[in-house]
Amino acid sequence: MEPVIEARDLAMRFGEKTVFKNVSFDVRRGEIFVILGGSGCGKSTLLKLLIGLHRPSAGHARVLGEELGLLTGQPRRHALSRIGVMWQQGALLGSLNLIENVALPMEQHSALPPEARIALARAKLGLVGLGDAGSKLPSEISGGMLKRAGIARAMALDADILFLDEPSAGLDPVTSAGLDALIMSLSRETGTTFIVVTHELQSILAIGDRCIMLDKSAQGIIAEGDPKLLRDTATDPTVRAFFRREAR
Amino acid sequence: MTEPGRFSLTDGAAVFEGTLDITAAAAMWRQVMQAAPRAIDARKITRLDSAGAVLLLEAARLHNATLTPPEDATAGGVLARMQKALAAAPPIAQAPQPDPVTRLGLAVIAGGQGLIRRIAFLGEVTQGVANTFWRPWRLRRVEVLRHLDEAGTRGFGLCMLLGALLGVILSFQSSIPMRKFGAEIFIPQLVGISLLRELGPLMAAIILAGRSASAYAAELGTMRVNEEVDALSTMGVDTVQWLVLPRILAAVLVMPVLALVVNITGLLGMALVMGSLGFPAALVLAQLREWVDPGDLIGGLVKAAMFGLAIGLIGCRAGLRAGGGPRAVGDAATSAVVGSIIAVVVMDGVLAVIFFRMGW
Ligand SMILES: Nc1ncnc2c1ncn2[C@@H]1O[C@H](COP(=O)(O)OP(=O)(O)OP(=O)(O)O)[C@@H](O)[C@H]1O
Ligand SMILES: [Mg+2]
Repeated sequence: MEPVIEARDLAMRFGEKTVFKNVSFDVRRGEIFVILGGSGCGKSTLLKLLIGLHRPSAGHARVLGEELGLLTGQPRRHALSRIGVMWQQGALLGSLNLIENVALPMEQHSALPPEARIALARAKLGLVGLGDAGSKLPSEISGGMLKRAGIARAMALDADILFLDEPSAGLDPVTSAGLDALIMSLSRETGTTFIVVTHELQSILAIGDRCIMLDKSAQGIIAEGDPKLLRDTATDPTVRAFFRREAR
Repeated sequence: MTEPGRFSLTDGAAVFEGTLDITAAAAMWRQVMQAAPRAIDARKITRLDSAGAVLLLEAARLHNATLTPPEDATAGGVLARMQKALAAAPPIAQAPQPDPVTRLGLAVIAGGQGLIRRIAFLGEVTQGVANTFWRPWRLRRVEVLRHLDEAGTRGFGLCMLLGALLGVILSFQSSIPMRKFGAEIFIPQLVGISLLRELGPLMAAIILAGRSASAYAAELGTMRVNEEVDALSTMGVDTVQWLVLPRILAAVLVMPVLALVVNITGLLGMALVMGSLGFPAALVLAQLREWVDPGDLIGGLVKAAMFGLAIGLIGCRAGLRAGGGPRAVGDAATSAVVGSIIAVVVMDGVLAVIFFRMGW
């Protein structure tokens, strides 16, 4: 299948410090692609490179055939309407309630009348189990609820690609499993592509079609492939330790 | 597959076909709702996204219409998922407005509770002062110095500017009517007394309210929102002693100095205008010596310190009771400034009466 994301020789430096280099991978349409790695190895940074918020120090990343960081004007708006991002900290607007937060991308990218946006936003919140919290402000809900509201906002426009930065961190096992089920059904039924940053081993094995694992000391990818296969056959000690939950 | 979505009305039934995606849904939403169909036939829909599904479901709910799902399995799946999602998210019912009498009662209760909380805060601060009196080393002196610097040293420029302008404006404006009576020689007396007793402290208070009360509220409000205040208190830190006292102390200490700066620059401004009217500086000084006594100055400075206490208290309280979210910090800063200015003006009135009774 055609790749929807192509990363070629990506490198990122902050000043003197190299976070990673020579990172290349493809993500195919409709798959759930997991980015793994220890804290501080550059997963969020990689996500920001893909969606064009940071410019890579070297290499390039194409999303849906375009380098998002280079687009401007109408092409950029169009490309942005086809991706959705859930930020690690939720990043909801504090002055809007949840429904208004989720309806915001619809207001920007569609001609839906206000009552339609509200109904659709309600439905999206219902999908992530926040159906009864629509009129609350972000400051009035818990950390896990913030994450789920962030996911609802990322899904607002039925994007082709969803980038989720640690969606299940801080969620209870039941909610987290529910989220996994939602991601899987969206991927299977509507062909949505997912790029998921996560540490949750169970959820990686349950939903991940393919994964890459970044490492801080290697400054790049140390493993790539089907997570279940990696668990069973990996020889690299860091990768084995991760999948077998060993302390190192 | 990319056949654009359409809907037609036959015998009160809305028949949809083709692709019902967000663009199609946006285009036909109002029409469908106005048509008020009694039945919705979605069998011929080939592609459906969540916006389209919500259109079908909302139309069915609002008009009590029956909904026949699409034959296409994928579209049917989307519809089923969104149906479950919408069922889990009931429309928000507007809370009924209470009648005016109830509202009045609620407002009175809220006002009373606010008053009680203010008194409680005053009590906490008093207790903090008492604790500090016994254990003075607990007071964070570095913080006091930092706030003295921020509220004081960095405010001098503004105080000098406003003081000088105040002196110039006051003397210039009063010179116009005074000239009619040939009484320009009394301008130093007029400006001196009004500056030292009233305008100097008041102007300094307004400057402190604008610069520092807002800063106190924003800083403490951000700490509250980030749960830093809770973290401090669970570590056993006395938050009043740690956060509030240094700020209040700084405000009380700095206010007389700011008022003095306004006074001095104001008098200089007045002397400048007098000079331009032909009165030498020595004459102005002699006039001031004769008519303005040290009591006027000291009374004004004492008043300034009291304003500082009020501004510090109000600024800190506004910050500490901030709610959640970025808006709360802004609200806290606003209410700190407004509250301080109101408190200062009211205090000024009350003190004027008291000083008058005391024959000052
Ligand atoms: N704006 C920045 N300026 C300087 N260094 C940065 C910046 N953003 C990230 N870094 C550095 O890049 C590295 C990777 O950060 P990143 O946020 O991508 O980590 P992460 O893999 O997402 O970690 P976590 O799992 O804890 O979220 C870190 O060492 C961080 O210090
Ligand atoms: Mg991260």
